[in-house]
Amino acid sequence: MTPLTAFDKIWNLHVVKELNDGSVLLHIDRHMMHELSSYQGFDGLRGAGRRVRNIELTVGVQEHILSTDPGRNEDSFAPGADFLYTLRQNTQEAGIELVDFRDSRQGIVHVMAPELGIALPGATLVCGDSHTCTVGGIGAVSFGIGSSQVEEVLATQVLPMRKPMRMRVVFDGILQPGVFAKDLILYLIGKIGAGAGTGYAVEYAGPVIQDLPIEGRFTLCNMAIEMGARVGFVAPDDKTIDYVRGRRYAPTGKSWTAAESHWRQLTTDEEAIFDREITVDTTLIGPQVTWGTSPQHVINVDGQVPDPQSISDPETRRNAEQALAYMGLTPGASLIDLPIQNVFIGSCTNSRLDDLRAAAAMIQKRRVAAGVRAMVVPGSTSVKRAAEGEGLDRIFIDAGFEWRESACSMCGAVNADKVGPGERCVSTSNRNFEGRQGPNSRTHLASPAMAAAAAIAGRIVDIRKLGV
Amino acid sequence: MQKFDRLTAVAAPILTDNIDTDQIIPIPRMLASMRPDYGAALFGNWRYVEGDQPNPSFILNKPPFTNAKIVLAGENFGCGSSREHAVWALMGFGVRCVIAMSFGDIFFNNCFKRGLLPVVLSPDLVRSLAAEIMSTSEAHPITVNLVDRKITTVEGTEINFSIDDGLREILLEGLDEIGKILKHELDINAFQMRDRQLRPWIYEATPAALRQQMAVATGSVITSEPIKR
Repeated sequence: MTPLTAFDKIWNLHVVKELNDGSVLLHIDRHMMHELSSYQGFDGLRGAGRRVRNIELTVGVQEHILSTDPGRNEDSFAPGADFLYTLRQNTQEAGIELVDFRDSRQGIVHVMAPELGIALPGATLVCGDSHTCTVGGIGAVSFGIGSSQVEEVLATQVLPMRKPMRMRVVFDGILQPGVFAKDLILYLIGKIGAGAGTGYAVEYAGPVIQDLPIEGRFTLCNMAIEMGARVGFVAPDDKTIDYVRGRRYAPTGKSWTAAESHWRQLTTDEEAIFDREITVDTTLIGPQVTWGTSPQHVINVDGQVPDPQSISDPETRRNAEQALAYMGLTPGASLIDLPIQNVFIGSCTNSRLDDLRAAAAMIQKRRVAAGVRAMVVPGSTSVKRAAEGEGLDRIFIDAGFEWRESACSMCGAVNADKVGPGERCVSTSNRNFEGRQGPNSRTHLASPAMAAAAAIAGRIVDIRKLGV
Repeated sequence: MQKFDRLTAVAAPILTDNIDTDQIIPIPRMLASMRPDYGAALFGNWRYVEGDQPNPSFILNKPPFTNAKIVLAGENFGCGSSREHAVWALMGFGVRCVIAMSFGDIFFNNCFKRGLLPVVLSPDLVRSLAAEIMSTSEAHPITVNLVDRKITTVEGTEINFSIDDGLREILLEGLDEIGKILKHELDINAFQMRDRQLRPWIYEATPAALRQQMAVATGSVITSEPIKR
């Protein structure tokens, strides 16, 4: 038999039909929807007089344009009210399960779907959201789609797709102190570029990934799209099986036994061929911080911001100059000791329990520096409860952090949680684009530990020098 | 879905690499209402100063580019968020074709759902097209011909481009993709029948399926919370 990659195996199992033009109809096992990108799909269905084909494979959740204020309601962030209401109306009319913002199951869609066992290994999962690749952390083939594709999945439960090429990134070496999954992925994007994964499904593998907890794998997969790859995933292993077992909607009994033995076959065969292979020596990686306006604009925290004059390609040079001007930085500058005004710990990248623990561990009974607004936004209501169960909320609140309700929040400034014009934010999210966290906001992406340490210091610091 | 066969129009070079969909349509302008004026929101961060005053130095505010129906772009155009709003914003402004060195994957796919033609050309060709356009202050249009897969530059040079046959056909015919997929409905039915045997857990334990089983078991009627404002 031809040796196959894990991705090939999962893909092949979902091919409903091969079409003449080389594309296939790919079965979609799970369709997650949120209030920002789904209503256009329902409008289209209505206009064409079509029905939702598989309501049982579809789940809606309110999480984007939603206030994170404690005690929030549908109107707390006024511009979101119509969007939230419309998702409620659309799902109810169709008979689709809605997880609304008051529900204990609520959370950022990419956090709650695996947490509840809605997302499963070896399944295909889509959502009208580019960070759907997050769920690849449990070995699902999951990817973001546009609103027209939301409509296609609602109506047909399949998508016409061309098979992506396959890339494997092997992480090998020692994970240095102060280095987390976030640093691995930022480093990788910095090395290969924000467009290097375009057209690929990326499998992360190697000793470092085998040792990486599932939560870290979510972080790694989450940012696959930041190098252009729609799909990032880690093939299922013991850690995956242990993570899924006992989740609310995970299979049970005989079904579980069958599922588990199926998932265990979804590994990459020894001799399988990838279209591109990259090996990363993690021993070289320190805590990462972005300096510019693309996730590829990243350096070790103790490194120097590049000098555009040293870049030969004129277009790349102009881009770097533009990014430095936007960020208010000078060529060759150090990021260490750069004063910051905001810290955001949250988003589908870094808002799970391990992330909050790593952030809390940096606080050491100290307080957020004067003039810094620091907020923690747990990735789901259940993460929030679990964190409160172990007293993390008290650590954050006592230190002067805001402890908020779960939603997308300051990652994309989709509610009132914004960074002010010209202000800097050390953020655990995934995009440092111009204006991403508010008009003229300046984002420095980093790990939760680096973000928490920056909040306490009021400036960017190297957590390896703190001795905590 | 609008058809696309050929277009002769002004092309605006915006050659910055990695122009993400947050730049093509910023979030605040997407949230202004559920169905905002997408065309007015295009490049909102760059096109306006002090709220809604046109930024005189941004290319789409400078004649003849105010009438641009083609955009020339650098590497990785449309990276970032999956928002199809980026396509609606470009088309709302009147843009029907983006010629770039490369595209973000989701954006590229979204283009074909509405009738926006994405053309990939080599960096050198994009730069020389842009240089020709910027060397004159007049509105010399270029022609993009999808039928013959050919671009005619300001100076009349012809450049061939390649595009996937299936995607080209979708644009040429303005096909309703769902209608096309539903021609294979029997295959989808058959797949799901087989798959239910092979992978029952995909269908059994979902939130809606569990709710339904519970309702049957207890003899209760399925009710959901009434819609309220």
